[in-house]
Amino acid sequence: MKYRMAAAVLALAGFFLAAYLYLYKIGRIGSMMCGTGSCEAVQLSRWSRFLGVEVSLIGVLGYLGLLVLALVATRPALDAVRWPSRWLAVLSGIGVLFALYLTALELFVIHAICRWCVGSALIITLIFIASALDLRRFRGARV
Amino acid sequence: MAAAPSGMKNFYTVIGAVAVVGLGLLGWQLSRRSTISIPANVVVVPADTAGFRGYILGSDSAPVEITMYADYQCPGCANFDIVTFPDVRTRLIQTGLVRWRYRDFPLSSIHPYARLAQHAAACANDQGKFWPMHTLLYEGQPDWASGGAQKQFRKYAGIVGLDVDKYDACMASGKYAGRIEASYQEGEALGVGGTPMFLIGGRLYEGMSYDQMKHLVDSLIAVKSGK
Repeated sequence: MKYRMAAAVLALAGFFLAAYLYLYKIGRIGSMMCGTGSCEAVQLSRWSRFLGVEVSLIGVLGYLGLLVLALVATRPALDAVRWPSRWLAVLSGIGVLFALYLTALELFVIHAICRWCVGSALIITLIFIASALDLRRFRGARV
Repeated sequence: MAAAPSGMKNFYTVIGAVAVVGLGLLGWQLSRRSTISIPANVVVVPADTAGFRGYILGSDSAPVEITMYADYQCPGCANFDIVTFPDVRTRLIQTGLVRWRYRDFPLSSIHPYARLAQHAAACANDQGKFWPMHTLLYEGQPDWASGGAQKQFRKYAGIVGLDVDKYDACMASGKYAGRIEASYQEGEALGVGGTPMFLIGGRLYEGMSYDQMKHLVDSLIAVKSGK
């Protein structure tokens, strides 16, 4: 259960991070708080959209989905059930692959690193690790 | 094994704390009136372009019109404005040979403060100070291109003699975002791919020296006068 709880907390943090990036992109937030990074260069690049959709909006919806799933998974009645862990692992695994793609774009195409994006990549990776660790409880079981 | 009730209570406490902190930080960011950004993804409406064809210098009867597509954060544009444009202004524009039209072409993907700068210039134009602001934006480019742009532009507004309260209101409104985007789209449609780029006699030219520009202007005038 503790891994599902960790996934829920991380998904909520990721949701706020993605929401911040999206609000910036639609002009509701002024200059980004970025320190020495190149957040604006990344956020304003043409790569900040994926298939015509803002990457940050994909992040908002993705983290929201993970949050709802993780919260459902923390219900005591579902503790011994495998499917929530499996879906958390599958969805966060897709998120990790997407984060890898975006990080590669930052490093090799845009040549700029947005520390918020690095933060998001770290969060989704931790969610995936937590989900995978939770799945280990069900090894050999058919629940 | 299901979590003990105290474990669930701790979990909800942590979730609640993260939610409060996250909402608080987002709310704080949204309420920071001092930060302004000019969105690129605006829908251009007819009112954005009605009656506006760029910032113009020179006589309406000048035989040649030069349209410059430029970006305030582009080093090449700054170099042109500081090194070449004074000659262009005194020897081509003020002599009545050329009418100059300056158009916004912000390369937002590589210049995050370009639109903010174009908007600051547009707000200065509201108070009749476009060209002084334009010059300061280029001359001061190294001071704002890596950060602190908004603060620096506000300082320039004071230097060029703008009513800073009116300037602030104009910047906060973002009212020229559509016009800037319309200018960008116009340049894109013409084939402008970088900055600075000049539209002279129906053709696009990349960064030019004064001599190249003078030679071209002379040629166009000669063709027009049938020499």
